[in-house]
Amino acid sequence: MEEQNTSRDDNWAKPIDRLAAGNVPAGALDTASGKQVVSPIQGFGKMWQKTYRVALTGSSVTPQELIATWKAEFPTFWPKGSQFHTPLTGIAPGEVALLQASVGGGMKLSTGIFVLYADEESFTFMTPQGHMFAGWITFSAAREDDVTVAQCQVLMRAQDPLTEVGLTLGGHKKEDKFWEATLQSLAERFGVDAKAETTVVCVDKRRQWSRAGNVRHSSAFRSTIHTATAPLRKR
Amino acid sequence: MTQDTQMAVRRAGDGTGVIEISGDITAGSEDALMDAYGRAGDGDTRAVLLDFSQLEYMNSGGIGLLVTLLVRANRAKQRLLACGLNDHYRQIFELTRLDEAITIFDDEAAALAAVGS
Repeated sequence: MEEQNTSRDDNWAKPIDRLAAGNVPAGALDTASGKQVVSPIQGFGKMWQKTYRVALTGSSVTPQELIATWKAEFPTFWPKGSQFHTPLTGIAPGEVALLQASVGGGMKLSTGIFVLYADEESFTFMTPQGHMFAGWITFSAAREDDVTVAQCQVLMRAQDPLTEVGLTLGGHKKEDKFWEATLQSLAERFGVDAKAETTVVCVDKRRQWSRAGNVRHSSAFRSTIHTATAPLRKR
Repeated sequence: MTQDTQMAVRRAGDGTGVIEISGDITAGSEDALMDAYGRAGDGDTRAVLLDFSQLEYMNSGGIGLLVTLLVRANRAKQRLLACGLNDHYRQIFELTRLDEAITIFDDEAAALAAVGS
């Protein structure tokens, strides 16, 4: 029993003080290294739980097979315009992945994620300081009424007041479309044409004004400078 | 091996409810945990202590449940405390920074002394 528990304990990342990205692809901006991870507790805005689900009706894929494919091919399911740089050793506990997310208007936000947890039926990303939101995203699969259902669940608060405004003015809707499109691409990978369903719950309506100073870590600000000065670096 | 979650609720001194958690905590434990909190946190409860000494396993879904439980406790102006965590889960609380909002004690006696029950 003890050996079994030890094995399951390995599904969790080992303790860290600061993130260190091991793989920084050419052209990517590493705004994650040196940052601490943050949970919804350290965020500023309202706390939301967003659940996106797609049922793979007609597919024989098991939850374990689906999660293995999702981990192995993770970037391929993202909508065009955003990039996810998978760590060299894959999506495994303790790894850091860098990403560029399209935020509209030709702007890309450079940030990263920390793989907090991974087992055969789920994996969880945790965000660093400066990310758009503080929290985690859990990707999972389960059998429900003999159908495999893929799910993405986000538990989050906007990190700072600027991001809270951005999320309110269309950011939430954009994020919802992003994960719905991702799940639909995942379903297509298994030959299923299905619409993703979204459920949004406001877990906590209060904003944590004591966290307003998080704005100093904003990767949105750093990414803006990086994008604006790109022509100068090409000279 | 996944074990069912079991929650035993009792009072410990004035104003403190204790939830003894046994088995696994996953996202599927939501109903059991929220029901236990409803019973432990009623009336004039000022603090709710989560006793993890019989915990077998917790995944990331379980950690997410603790965050939503914390929101409920804060809304009710109650402190949420934890005791009985082994070294591994104490590290998980630190890694996920839950320890900044849920105070961790070695055992129930230390937790009750801290809240004055």
